[in-house]
Amino acid sequence: MTVDVAVTGIGLVTPAGIGVDRAWQGVLSGRSAGAKDPNLAGIPIDISCRVADFDGNEMLGRKAARRLDRFVQLGLVAAREAVTDSGLDPQTWDGARVGAVIGCGMGGAGTWEAQHTVLMERGPERVSPMLIPMLIPNMVAGHIAIEFHANGPNLVTATACTSGATAIGVARDLLRSGACDVVITGGTEAGLTPLSIAAFGQMHALSGRVDDPGAASRPFDADRDGFVAAEAAGMLVIERADDATARGARVRGRLLGYGASADAHHITAPDPEGVGVGLAIQAALRDAGVGPADVGHINAHGTSTPLNDAAESRVIRRIFGDDAPPVTSTKGVTGHSLGAAGAIEAAFSLLTIEDGLLPPTANLEKQDPEIDLDVVSGEPRKTDAEIVMSNSFGFGGQNGVLVLARA
Amino acid sequence: MSAVYDKVKQLLVDKFGVPEDEISPTATFTDLDLDSLDLVEFALAAEEELGVRITDEEAEQLDTLDDTVKLLEQKGATVEGAG
Repeated sequence: MTVDVAVTGIGLVTPAGIGVDRAWQGVLSGRSAGAKDPNLAGIPIDISCRVADFDGNEMLGRKAARRLDRFVQLGLVAAREAVTDSGLDPQTWDGARVGAVIGCGMGGAGTWEAQHTVLMERGPERVSPMLIPMLIPNMVAGHIAIEFHANGPNLVTATACTSGATAIGVARDLLRSGACDVVITGGTEAGLTPLSIAAFGQMHALSGRVDDPGAASRPFDADRDGFVAAEAAGMLVIERADDATARGARVRGRLLGYGASADAHHITAPDPEGVGVGLAIQAALRDAGVGPADVGHINAHGTSTPLNDAAESRVIRRIFGDDAPPVTSTKGVTGHSLGAAGAIEAAFSLLTIEDGLLPPTANLEKQDPEIDLDVVSGEPRKTDAEIVMSNSFGFGGQNGVLVLARA
Repeated sequence: MSAVYDKVKQLLVDKFGVPEDEISPTATFTDLDLDSLDLVEFALAAEEELGVRITDEEAEQLDTLDDTVKLLEQKGATVEGAG
């Protein structure tokens, strides 16, 4: 069943800025948010892209914030902006018809680590009874349900760095199947903790450019050496286009297609042939009812790891050929926000179309000669793209590709 | 009010984010929007700050702050530097 799906609300909390306007201006600036992270002092890779100005106590109230892990705090603030932007009123909507599908890779890593220290240093009787409700990744969808009276289907998707894209795809299916009339969807992540960053470091997944953190995330550059871990949340409100039109909503774009696949290759390394990635891209194009030539821009997964960017560019070349559209990785600015990445990049893709500007890839100084693509760098570039593709690939080999279009 | 009451009030404000003007001796934990998980945390915090243990059974019975302070005082709660 084909159902036209409208995006009527966007919310963003990112290292490039809090709120859609500031985040988007930050992305267009091409300045990386990479910086030394005092919370990672003593860890070999002590840099990250943090949402520096985010104070959960201030934005949510101290009483509420103390019971929420940071990944839920970021997610709730982004969801509030998206719901407000949609013009829908949670006080009057039929909550049974409203779902929430949110992506998250790690859950409450910070709470887990802090309470493990309590266990080791002070014993089991000092462990907080709030640990489990703050840790479990599905709690972000639970809190969104409580805050917005959303009694419909409610879940969290965990496909590592694809989680946000997976969530939006699953949310779209809830509209198609008729299970929901409105879905709040997106992704959130706040895993910048000493243990998780030490572990990513041990995998050699992170950039070692600790003395020049602003230059560390450099997708498609010849000197890239890994990703910079980030925290973020991105939320969308989606509904059937007919419903949105009928209520006179401001439609910010359409969700035209979604494709998913698995590499079935290796736990963390991308398949160098990109078979799985190719399947997801083809599936998304087929689902959207468009061909490669219709796509005006690709917001790449582009993590800045040597393996990902090379493999991704090969697949794009294979499918799009010599006429591949211009490509950007906004992770140069934001870093890699894992389970939130697919969601914030879907939002950036919509803003690209709305604003007619392709954001530049930060820190692209000398493009890797093996990457035979038109990568946008330096300044934002004007575009009349009507359709943008957003790629996400996760550890575990899960791939998710979204196709977004002008309203 | 007693030093123990003042300590309880300070705990509720500092640790639980309860607005100070909502706190009074007759206020119940329910009035302050604190649930059963908060009560378990409150018992942990009270043990640390006041040196007395509130059992789970006692925590479930806690009603007003006045009752809570009385229970803590019966158990020998003391506040350093007070009285």
